[in-house]
Amino acid sequence: MRVQDVLASAVRNSFRNKLRTTLTVVAIFIGAFTLTITSAIGTGVSDYINTQVTAIGTPGIFTISKATQTGIVSTGPATYDPNAAVSSGGSVIGPNGPTGLNGGTAALSKEDLASIAATSGITAVNPLIAVTPDYIQYANNGTYKLRVNTNAAISKASLAAGNQLNNSTSDLQLLIPTSYLENLGYTDAASAAGSTVTIGIKDYQRVSHTVTATVVGVQNETLLGSGAELNTALLTELDAIQNTGKPTTTAEGYAAATATFDPAMSSANVKALQKTLADAGYSAKTVADQIGTFQAVIDGIVGVLNAFAGIALLAAGFGIINTLLMSVQERTREIGLMKAMGMGSGAIYALFSLEAVFIGFLGSAIGALVAIGIGTPLSSFLSNTVLSGLPGLNILQFAPASIAVIMAIVMFIAFIAGTLPASKAARQNPIEALRYCAELNY
Amino acid sequence: MNQILEARDIVKSYGQGSSKFDALSGVSLSVTAGETVAIIGKSGSGKSTLMHLLALLDEPGGGELLVNGADASKLKKSQLNHLRNEDFGFVFQQFFLIPNATVLDNVVLPLTIAGVGAKERRARGLAALEQLELTDKAKSKAINLSGGQKQRVVIARALVNNPKVIFADEPTGNLDSVTGAIVEDMLFKLNREKGITLIIVTHDADLAARCDRQIFMRDGREDKAGIVK
Repeated sequence: MRVQDVLASAVRNSFRNKLRTTLTVVAIFIGAFTLTITSAIGTGVSDYINTQVTAIGTPGIFTISKATQTGIVSTGPATYDPNAAVSSGGSVIGPNGPTGLNGGTAALSKEDLASIAATSGITAVNPLIAVTPDYIQYANNGTYKLRVNTNAAISKASLAAGNQLNNSTSDLQLLIPTSYLENLGYTDAASAAGSTVTIGIKDYQRVSHTVTATVVGVQNETLLGSGAELNTALLTELDAIQNTGKPTTTAEGYAAATATFDPAMSSANVKALQKTLADAGYSAKTVADQIGTFQAVIDGIVGVLNAFAGIALLAAGFGIINTLLMSVQERTREIGLMKAMGMGSGAIYALFSLEAVFIGFLGSAIGALVAIGIGTPLSSFLSNTVLSGLPGLNILQFAPASIAVIMAIVMFIAFIAGTLPASKAARQNPIEALRYCAELNY
Repeated sequence: MNQILEARDIVKSYGQGSSKFDALSGVSLSVTAGETVAIIGKSGSGKSTLMHLLALLDEPGGGELLVNGADASKLKKSQLNHLRNEDFGFVFQQFFLIPNATVLDNVVLPLTIAGVGAKERRARGLAALEQLELTDKAKSKAINLSGGQKQRVVIARALVNNPKVIFADEPTGNLDSVTGAIVEDMLFKLNREKGITLIIVTHDADLAARCDRQIFMRDGREDKAGIVK
């Protein structure tokens, strides 16, 4: 029998009992639809994260902090060390008290910075200066709380308008996030770029000061959190005000530092370097690592959804077995006749397993098409409403390659499901098959 | 004389141990190309089993079966399939038509199995239908035909591959006497005009009498005395 004839008969045969085939196809459809949607979410999210990493990540920089000490619950509190630096007392947090948990988080001391700088592969270490200004005001539109995003040092902003910060100028510059525009009294992002704002801050003695700075640009919200980003000149200025009147006896410490390394370093070497620092008690993270945490969570959710889709497909596989077993039973005499006429067992086997594969193809193709048909408008609807805070995120992205893989997997499952009925058909004895139900007279 | 089929003391039994049943216990016969042979006997006499063995649908439990002088037990499965597909045609008491396929698709089934191209299949199928005056039914579904028409479709299917032998198992068993006679006439006409060997299994004495030779079966053996009757 020719391949195209086997194929044509398999397709024709699968439509003989339309209701039965339809119900089996529906079962496969459910699995394939779910799988297509979840893989689209996976693609959409990782695509967004990759774009974020490449758009805002600066290669060759770690954010370094003291590794969090674990095991306090089981071993009780650690021994008190009067010389250990705590970030609340340092220049990091300033006069308004710690922003972290009570007592402050473990901070990096000057010795820590020196030992990190001595690590081979690290070219430079700079403590992260954190400032806590009180408010920001544009024109006479009232004062609003200003949150400073400390990630400015390790990322470049994804801009909605204006320019990037210039860290080598003595001009005081900042970037504000898009979410600040309305409250501050701007009409749009373009009007904010280049405007002058007033920033209020208190010194160590709680005396208020104001600083005037230029908004050079407006940045999109990112996964790294919102908040204004300040250039080095503005940071230094605010830090100086913050530490005015500070007693000289306070221990110096920093919540975090940035360490630079060769941007061309291979990812394996970066991992090794992170391991070396981790062994020394420091947590070193690149922008990709920080954003990757989100990906790990999303991957977990997608994995669970995929498992559900897999269970649906498993059930559908049994549906295929059932459908084809009934089909083999109904067509016993036909199989006997074809065998009597010289059709080989292999061709009979191929006929039934192709029927199974075709049912799998129908279910997965319809599932994928419907998923695309529903998912595409849904994704753009979500982007404009619920997810509008994350510009550039299309939650559902249908990659042709992953759809092809899903269809191949479904068709493979169908093929496996078809093996039992197909081999039952192929093994039939022509004489017994011809005698089967002789009273059926057709 | 061209011995197309020859059976030498063939034996066939079903079951095992105490439930063992000998369907055939030593039958010998030879069929010459172009003759018509009737295998007659009551139900359970072994006549259908004999036909199945001659048609290579089953293997004998003992004895030898020669096809065109070659030992059938030495042929590979694919060669047997090939032989049945190209040289044999089958007409059964039940029609074994695929109900929802067209008459033409049913008729060309042996050619489809043989891997003949679609164009040639169509031409040969229509030629076979023409011989049986069924050309106008080519596109009808098999299920919509009358009994006589169905059996004519079956005969068209049996001769579409230009077989050397047609095996007919009770070919008129399901038909009334008038249509039965028409179907009989068609089979014998194929024998006369195309030289196709006919092996007909029947319990109809009149049909058996029209054949060149009768083999009377009783309890799994040939009953030589039955021929006289």
